[in-house]
Amino acid sequence: MNEEKQKDLTPIQNTQPILELKGICKYFGGIHALENVDFAVFPKEIVAIVGDNGAGKSTLIKIIAGVHAPTVGEIYMQGKPVEIVSPIQARELGIETVYQELALIETRDVPANFFLGREPTLGKMGIFIDRKRMVEETVNTLNSLGIKLPSLSTMVRYLSGGQRQSLAIGRIMPWGGKIIIMDEPTAALGVKESRKVLDLVLKLKEQGCSVIVISHNMRHVFNVADRIVVLRGGIKVGERIKKQTTPDEIVKLIVGAEML
Amino acid sequence: MLPPPKTEFDAETTISPQLGIFTRLLNNQLTTIVIILFLMIFLLGSFTRTFLTANNIFNVLRAFSWIAIASFGQSMVIIGGGIDLSSGSTMAFAGIMTAMMLSYGFGVLVSILIGLGFGVFIGFINGILVSRAKLPPFIATLGMLSILRGFCYGLTSGWPIRDLPRGFLFLGQTDLAFYIWKVPLPALIMVFFVIISYIYLSKTKGGYHIYAVGGNEYAASLAGIDAKRVKYVIYSLSGLFAAVGGILMTSRLGVAAPTAAQGYELDIIAAAVIGGISLNGGEGNVWGALVGAAIMQILRNALVLVGFPAYWQSSAIGAVIISAVMIDQYRKRRI
Repeated sequence: MNEEKQKDLTPIQNTQPILELKGICKYFGGIHALENVDFAVFPKEIVAIVGDNGAGKSTLIKIIAGVHAPTVGEIYMQGKPVEIVSPIQARELGIETVYQELALIETRDVPANFFLGREPTLGKMGIFIDRKRMVEETVNTLNSLGIKLPSLSTMVRYLSGGQRQSLAIGRIMPWGGKIIIMDEPTAALGVKESRKVLDLVLKLKEQGCSVIVISHNMRHVFNVADRIVVLRGGIKVGERIKKQTTPDEIVKLIVGAEML
Repeated sequence: MLPPPKTEFDAETTISPQLGIFTRLLNNQLTTIVIILFLMIFLLGSFTRTFLTANNIFNVLRAFSWIAIASFGQSMVIIGGGIDLSSGSTMAFAGIMTAMMLSYGFGVLVSILIGLGFGVFIGFINGILVSRAKLPPFIATLGMLSILRGFCYGLTSGWPIRDLPRGFLFLGQTDLAFYIWKVPLPALIMVFFVIISYIYLSKTKGGYHIYAVGGNEYAASLAGIDAKRVKYVIYSLSGLFAAVGGILMTSRLGVAAPTAAQGYELDIIAAAVIGGISLNGGEGNVWGALVGAAIMQILRNALVLVGFPAYWQSSAIGAVIISAVMIDQYRKRRI
């Protein structure tokens, strides 16, 4: 496994990582979800995290997103050590997350979901909702991304899977996050809808964000990712520059075929 | 040649801020029950001579105002994804505490504030049981229902508290003159509470967070909303509103009985549910609860006016609750 790390990763290692995790372990009771994982994200790159079910992908991003605290390990942002103790703090550090569960409120309309948890308020008291601003900014952002929804006052319950996913991704845009985490952004989407989502991912990179993507879909990974990190059983088993690897090699790493 | 088949993504029109007023009215859950309400009023007005008299209307208003007020608090809890079974007992307990303070010689205002304070305190305990002890809301508040009823009996040794001062009875028994009508004060208090509840739920950040937690607690927490705090707030408000209702009830009846408001929690919940507030949380508003409470009370009134046998009334009310919710479900599926 050690020789994996000696592979040529130079094109991105010349710059300082925007986010770096060192020696991350996460135990849930007796279960070792992550074991001594090092992980780095560089400016303006798309990193894909791949691995089988239970490999620790979601645990890893939840640590970055402030949902879980690592049992052991350090997190650095632009070289400075940080502790990410809550989703709010992660957002303050410029880390925005699109969750696998989509994390939308089905019984609420589009603007309420768009601004979920950070609704703009009128005046300094911070009590009354600035509904006008919510509607305007939602329309502007969604239009600028080319996301089309039937109507803003529709409950999210009545939106299609693709529309929900667009909303879930679109709503992180106005906040100027430097690191965007996406957990299975194309799961349960049709071909065309997936294409849209992947275009959004590339657009984010164009705008100067770094994107961490979890996906099971090799084709999607190879479409957008610059670098691919492979987890298996909570251990990082490989890390490849996309241009220097093949889907075959990645799949072998995921299932651990070299051990057979 | 036919154009290529469109996927869902293509079929959408460009985004428009709001739907047309008519579509919104149709989709609005209030519409159905308001129609039911007006239908009832129309039928009763044409079949009985007494229903549409100002006197009867104000009697109905006075009778349902305290249920309605408690129901607004209940609505916040249900919208926030919980349920408060203790609201009937809280009404009785707050009434008894206020009456006891009055009988100890405290002033009217102080006694009422103490009664309201107990309401908030009870709700806060419910909030702790639900969010800290992680008890299911049904169980926590069912226990509280029983505990409070025990307090009602225990503190009064089963005897009703009578001889309340006039200054207190004023609250529930006064009518204010409006043109030719004499509007009962409790009805005006109810209108005040429905307006502030509506503003709180629909126009404030706190209200938005109640809907979010009720709609999807996990998603709300991921978005940084403090679900525990939301729960403290909604159960405390439910306790406060039940106390307001209970104090108005005590003032109207002129007596604080340990048996008061028994079974009211079901009327309070039914009013909310008839009003389109989903027991799954995250949906509905207090106007619905207001209309729901009105429907319940008009129904009771109507059954008396048309001479429906008193013993069978509760069956009729049960049937109406079921049909009202069924109609609402049908409407939702159609959208």
